[in-house]
Amino acid sequence: MSETHPTTPAGSTSAAKQTPGQRLSATIEAVHDRGEGVFMPFVVIGDPDLETSMAAVDALVAGGADVLEFGFPFSDPPADGPVIQAADLRALAAGVTPSDCLRFLAEVKRRHDVPVVLLIYYNLILQRGLDRFCAEAEAAGVDAVLAADVPLEELTPLETAAAAHGVANVLIASALTSAERLAQIRARCGGFLYTVARVGITGEQRAVSSSLSTVLDRLRAPDPSGRPRLPALVGFGISTPAHVSAAMAAGADGVICGSAIVRRIAEHCPAGSPPTADRVAAMQRSLTDFVAAMKAATQGAWRPPPQASTNRHVQP
Amino acid sequence: MQLTGKFGPYGGCFVSELLIPALTELEAAWLDARDDDAFRAELSHLLSQWAGRPTPLYASPALSADIGCRVFLKREDLLHGGAHKTNNTIAQALLAKRMGRTRLIAETGAGQHGVATAMAGALLGLQVKVFMGAKDVARQQPNVRRMELFGAEVVSVEAGSRSLKDAINETLRYWTETVADSFYVFGTVAGPHPYPSIVRDFQRIIGEETRTQVLAQAGRLPTAIMACVGGGSNAMGIFADFVDTPDVLLIGVEPAGHGLDTDAHGATLTKGRPGCVHGSISYLLQDEAGQVLEAHSISAGLDYPGVGPEHAWLKDQGRATYESATDAEALSAFAWLCRAEGILPALESSHAIAAARASRGRWQADDVLVVNLSGRGDKDLAHAMAALDADTLPPKETGASPSQRASRSPS
Repeated sequence: MSETHPTTPAGSTSAAKQTPGQRLSATIEAVHDRGEGVFMPFVVIGDPDLETSMAAVDALVAGGADVLEFGFPFSDPPADGPVIQAADLRALAAGVTPSDCLRFLAEVKRRHDVPVVLLIYYNLILQRGLDRFCAEAEAAGVDAVLAADVPLEELTPLETAAAAHGVANVLIASALTSAERLAQIRARCGGFLYTVARVGITGEQRAVSSSLSTVLDRLRAPDPSGRPRLPALVGFGISTPAHVSAAMAAGADGVICGSAIVRRIAEHCPAGSPPTADRVAAMQRSLTDFVAAMKAATQGAWRPPPQASTNRHVQP
Repeated sequence: MQLTGKFGPYGGCFVSELLIPALTELEAAWLDARDDDAFRAELSHLLSQWAGRPTPLYASPALSADIGCRVFLKREDLLHGGAHKTNNTIAQALLAKRMGRTRLIAETGAGQHGVATAMAGALLGLQVKVFMGAKDVARQQPNVRRMELFGAEVVSVEAGSRSLKDAINETLRYWTETVADSFYVFGTVAGPHPYPSIVRDFQRIIGEETRTQVLAQAGRLPTAIMACVGGGSNAMGIFADFVDTPDVLLIGVEPAGHGLDTDAHGATLTKGRPGCVHGSISYLLQDEAGQVLEAHSISAGLDYPGVGPEHAWLKDQGRATYESATDAEALSAFAWLCRAEGILPALESSHAIAAARASRGRWQADDVLVVNLSGRGDKDLAHAMAALDADTLPPKETGASPSQRASRSPS
């Protein structure tokens, strides 16, 4: 962990007086004000071990990540493809627990002034206790949580606990989401809308789905209820700068990149081989270069949504 | 969704938002079909003419003598396909066809549900893709061959513990990616709403027939009904029609594997605690943090760390009780029923037989016990004979080699 350079000195107080949800929105708005799309890379905490994982995070931030998304390793992740499932299993094999993950996040926040989003399976929250989990997430500096297996029907308990601790609830929408349901999702989603580029599971793909612009057009249309628009960050299958450009051209407010990051970690630091200093350094170079190239594809590519200039990102 | 799919605090619909449109459509189609006379007539016709319903309720002299009361076996082993699974798959396949889907996908543990899905697909002209843990592919080869004969593609799942829970994860993934043309034929009373209710509805014919038959043959309702519980579909099927008849004891039998005091069992209701996996909240074998543990059972069909949410609720309410039988007890019952009745039970069903035999002394002579013989054991022959050779029978010249015996032997 010592080879990297935190972007912000530990103890930075720049965001200390904001609630986490507001900090996430403020970051997204600031990125947009620079004409850029948000770049949000994803890693599984503790893949392949906690120390190597922290080195990966440092490299992602050095490359220009605007927001970080973290998975807690889970034994049975049906919303994830083979690359991320393998990362979960590597972290579990290294003995990584949810308590380790929370300590890890607190350390990330000490090293970097970057908003943090969790992508987690519900059983890990349930077993810790909803309120305890959200309190600990808040204390660790988590800005938002997306429970992969909690749709609107089951959201209320988590929503209540998260709200009590100032943690935003991120929700998912896709091309299959009905107009009626999209309105309900918008009403209960905080921070940003996780917009799925294709219907499926996480993983890399060749090209961005042609249905994406249709989804984004619907999402970028002014909310009929007059509620402030939620930024739409596009995930699932975003693995090259060309995908980023395509997503931004389709109207995305930013992109989320998971499997392509996780694959690079696994290539350089596979389970079973000790992550030597050379391997970790090579992994960090690879990640930093990749993130820089992905981030560059967002620059100058953000365009404000139609007829939304007066209420963009306004806090209610 | 029109219903919540909750059984007390259990059940629900814990899936990715991406699956909600498909589950909403499925729920609507099921509620519509349930009340449609034409659908019911077609299902009823296929169940009787193609699948062989009603199955007999057989008064077993050997079990009656052994246990000391009147014991009946509900012969789901005689259903087409060799297990109760066909009741559910033919009904879900009809539902798929009604919804305009062209492909059936399914998970399978022992292979019985995969076989039953493959048969239904062949009958109705639907493509079939079955996901099966690599460990189960190895120990259930006859069923793999049967699925392939019926034209199904069998996908061996190498991820995780390479058993049923991983097959379910993989099927959920594939479904999420192909939701527009695939119909997920879920095999047990678990999973996200509406599956626990759909599968129970399609399996409740076991209990409905049992009620009619036991009244005709014994002149009274059963004292108790026993059935093995992995995910719990055969048990829920035979329990459902009796849940509101409180005088009838409902007893589920879980796989105790190497023993409840070891880590190698699948006794979810006995040793687990509530958690969320595969789309619903129910009892779950899990570690302190909530990571799902691998189950163990000699029978692949019971080798599952979760259980249907309605069983969890029946347990908490005290409406049903849950016991267990070890691998060794199930094997012993398997061999015993072959000799005593000329019936080869599935290793899954052998757990219920074992618990029934162990219950002797609990009943009066005129009590009536119904045991659900959920499937036949042909699929288990190689696996069971190797274990029997190693464990309970004297070594034979033609049996497994000593090293094989050692590796297959339950401790």
